[in-house]
Amino acid sequence: MRQNDLYINKIDWLSILLYGALVMIGWFNIYAAVYDEQAAKSIFDFSINSGKQLVWIGTAVLLITVIMVADYRLFDNLSLILYGIFLLILLLTPFIGKEINGQRAWFEIGPFRLQPGEFAKFATALALAKFIEKPSFDLSQPKFQLQAILVILLPVSLIMLQPDTGTAMVYMAFFIMLYREGMPQKYYVFALVFIAISLLSLAVDNNLYIALPVAGLTLILILLGKKNWQRIVTLCLIGIAIIAYSYSLDLVVSKLPQHQQNRIMVLFNPDIDPLGVGWNVTQSKIAIGSGGFWGKGYLEGTQTKFDFVPEQHTDFIFCTLGEEFGWIGSLVVVFLFAALLIRLVFLAERQKTRFSRVYGYCVISILLFHFMINISMTIGLFPVVGIPLPFFSYGGSSLWSFTILLFIFIKLDSHRIQLLGRMN
Amino acid sequence: MNENRHSVIVIVIIIVGVILLSKLFMIQVVDDSFLRRAERNAVQRIIDYPYRGLISDRNSELLVYNNPVFDLMVIPQEFSIKDTAKFCDIFQIEKQKLIERYTAAKKYSWVKPSPLIKQISTTDFAKIQDYLIDYPGLFVMTRSVRAYPDSIAASALGYIAEIIPRQMERDSLHYYNQGDYIGHSGLESYYEKILRGKKGAKYKMVNVRGVDKGSFKNGTLDTASVAGLNLQSTIDMQLQQYGEKLMKGKRGSVVAIEPKTGEILSIISAPVYDPNLLAGAAYSKNYNILLSDTTKPLFIRPIQAKYPPGSIFKVVQSLIGLQWGTLTPNTTYACNKALVACHNHPSPVNLFGAIRNSCNPYYYQAFRQMINQEISSNTYTDTQIGLDKWHEAVEKFGLGHELGVDLPYENSGSVPSSSLYDRIYGKGRWKYSTIYSLSIGQGEMEVTPLQMANLAAIFANKGYYYTPHLIKAINGDPGKIPEEYTTKHDVGVAAHHFDMVQNAMAEALYGTAMRAIIKDITIAGKTGTAQNPHGEDHSVFIAFAPKEDPKIAIAVYVENAGWGGRAAASTASLMIEKYLRGHIERPALEEYVLVGDFGD
Repeated sequence: MRQNDLYINKIDWLSILLYGALVMIGWFNIYAAVYDEQAAKSIFDFSINSGKQLVWIGTAVLLITVIMVADYRLFDNLSLILYGIFLLILLLTPFIGKEINGQRAWFEIGPFRLQPGEFAKFATALALAKFIEKPSFDLSQPKFQLQAILVILLPVSLIMLQPDTGTAMVYMAFFIMLYREGMPQKYYVFALVFIAISLLSLAVDNNLYIALPVAGLTLILILLGKKNWQRIVTLCLIGIAIIAYSYSLDLVVSKLPQHQQNRIMVLFNPDIDPLGVGWNVTQSKIAIGSGGFWGKGYLEGTQTKFDFVPEQHTDFIFCTLGEEFGWIGSLVVVFLFAALLIRLVFLAERQKTRFSRVYGYCVISILLFHFMINISMTIGLFPVVGIPLPFFSYGGSSLWSFTILLFIFIKLDSHRIQLLGRMN
Repeated sequence: MNENRHSVIVIVIIIVGVILLSKLFMIQVVDDSFLRRAERNAVQRIIDYPYRGLISDRNSELLVYNNPVFDLMVIPQEFSIKDTAKFCDIFQIEKQKLIERYTAAKKYSWVKPSPLIKQISTTDFAKIQDYLIDYPGLFVMTRSVRAYPDSIAASALGYIAEIIPRQMERDSLHYYNQGDYIGHSGLESYYEKILRGKKGAKYKMVNVRGVDKGSFKNGTLDTASVAGLNLQSTIDMQLQQYGEKLMKGKRGSVVAIEPKTGEILSIISAPVYDPNLLAGAAYSKNYNILLSDTTKPLFIRPIQAKYPPGSIFKVVQSLIGLQWGTLTPNTTYACNKALVACHNHPSPVNLFGAIRNSCNPYYYQAFRQMINQEISSNTYTDTQIGLDKWHEAVEKFGLGHELGVDLPYENSGSVPSSSLYDRIYGKGRWKYSTIYSLSIGQGEMEVTPLQMANLAAIFANKGYYYTPHLIKAINGDPGKIPEEYTTKHDVGVAAHHFDMVQNAMAEALYGTAMRAIIKDITIAGKTGTAQNPHGEDHSVFIAFAPKEDPKIAIAVYVENAGWGGRAAASTASLMIEKYLRGHIERPALEEYVLVGDFGD
């Protein structure tokens, strides 16, 4: 008994509480999203999504139990095998998957649909942890950088075959973990500059608005610094590269598939085509924006309820919350997510082994990425990409994969002392 | 070396949270346009149309009521038919039309209702009612159209139709929406605000496909419609109907007024049309037919047609002269045909004889006495002063300006003042010889048949009138009629001057309008002949009866029917008999008017 008490005390109940809060709010939210006043059904009714989601939540609790009672060494030992299995499944998915919206990203097993791309995330995270575990793994060296990137790119390239751009993009989140583990900072600075210039180039109509300031800045840097030929040539080349990139971006965008081009255009000008391409974002913003400060009240939302917002129980679930609970509701949810993420950073930092710390940062990276991108797209800060809001969006694949992802880390955290012992 | 990197990640998490919350704050709290857009999206205002007020005659007989019609609506999504031929047979629609309408409905919306067959009558609806259940996606929407049980008084009642842009612009309170029905003429237009009632509104929520999702805020914002008020008009249905019968095949006007109240008993614009033509499905077709009709049935002659008053105006001249003292009953002038043409009658005549014989030279001379009173030694100036004084006196008889009847588009007629002649001839360049034709009601004078009927009422009342009107009560309450119709207008001539005029008018019948004489009923009347430069003169007659206690004053114009003693006097006399007796005891005269040849 005494030992059992001790184990329970080692579990980080704060994370579980935050997880539980998000899942329950999400569940009520799904009920609101499908609620029909004229044919009101119970939240437990299995014929509607909230009832089904309850089944997913129940099975998620089962999964949690399995993870918590399983031997913590399993995840370490099975990490590479799991990775291999999922690569195989991802390889097969485009051939045997069920086609939905032009993608073959789903397996259909009886009445259930599972998305292997979602589950591959935790396997990839475990594999990354396994690779980076060794103290000699130094991310400042190109060799190790390549290895890590390869582990990420393998599942990404397989997912791109489906093709499921949204899910594939989420794997970029692992770079957050790589940053913590010592990936050189300049890469991130370079990436941020790159993203900034890309956004600017897309946002302005005339690329001269970028070319002239860049040229001016280059000139100033040349004049201010040492007049050494090597430096001048380097600066000039960088300036020219940036300007050339800015001009070529329009060309690159024009080569993208039309629907992706449209999503980018809509981000900068949602009124271009409010009934067509801009519909999702426009309606999503109307739904959230009409919620005001206090919201319209639970089950009182009109925009989400009457199908003005497409995909409102999955990718656009945040609209229901924004409409019915207003800014206050949004604040609570954003706060819960941020609290959970910061708590996880705290947990990751207290790990005694590099394996569990790396895995912890993988969990943080993926949750942060989903949270950031999903909400951003519903409020028009990011192009629409089909990725769910963790714990909120309806669906088994999404809830299960995030639950597994999170609870493996909570499990590892609960054994942090033993893990240290094992390492020693 | 990476020890502080976890802080960077925490800061990134916080920054992401702050950015998201800031943007959320912008669209949820700062920018309220999303709320409006949301309501535009999901809340639909359904107008609850009020029941339009009914119009009855003075004896509460219905003149206008609302007839229910049925629009058969279709919802394409639910609609399917197996046997098109059978369907077409039951619903009385051609196959081609059915396909056309159904295609249009689908094009409009897959889930919202569109009309399939419009304005099905109650009888036709009874036939299809039982079959409706066999066809899903069909339902019936009830509307109402105006209906006229006796098909009379079209020009006075007016008609309602869809609002036109000009009316939309005038609607400063934005009561109307495009496609709403509104009175376009007659009482329907004049009393629009009383008849229309008050629209109600139901707010309901719709989903993205426009499908009804229940009431908005549980109906707390909904308002019920308020039915329009019923209007009792002053028209006497029997008299109106009889008058329209008499005027059949003729052009002209009949206006009958109850002198003591100014209530219009009958107002006829011939040719008449059936008001039912402008109610219901065939409105546009019929409207265009009426509009292009060369006899101008849409022209409201009693208030819009203008004629010179002719001889009838001599009565007004007499009264003003008597009041001013420039004339006395004993004033005698020779019938000097050198001044102006006249017909043969004894000469000289005193005033009584002048009215009775309608002597033109008499009035030429009498009018000169009225105009040139030698207030100024300059004959030009003197004429101007006299004319303006006269103009003022004439206007008091309800001439030269709109009377203010409760019908739109009333014409003012015209009574010239000095400014008119100054414009034509120049100031100080005209004198009595320029304007003498006014003396016998010719020249630059024009009156409407309504003004003439009002003159008859003034003669009957011995010097006052109430503005002629068509409204007797609103929702049964006579106290609610506009104040202007209960205000007495004095014409400024002492009552005793009218005695002689009334006698002369009664006597005149024996000279110029023998046909108009009714046994046992004393009619006072005056014939006139409105000269018509375009053809045969118009026959004009005004009268009131019984002379002792006038109950009806009437003006009759029959266009191109020669002089007043025949067509107009006969018609007026029959109308008076009909009104006072309720039946006609002179079938021969009735026959004479109905045939309408008007020979001797």
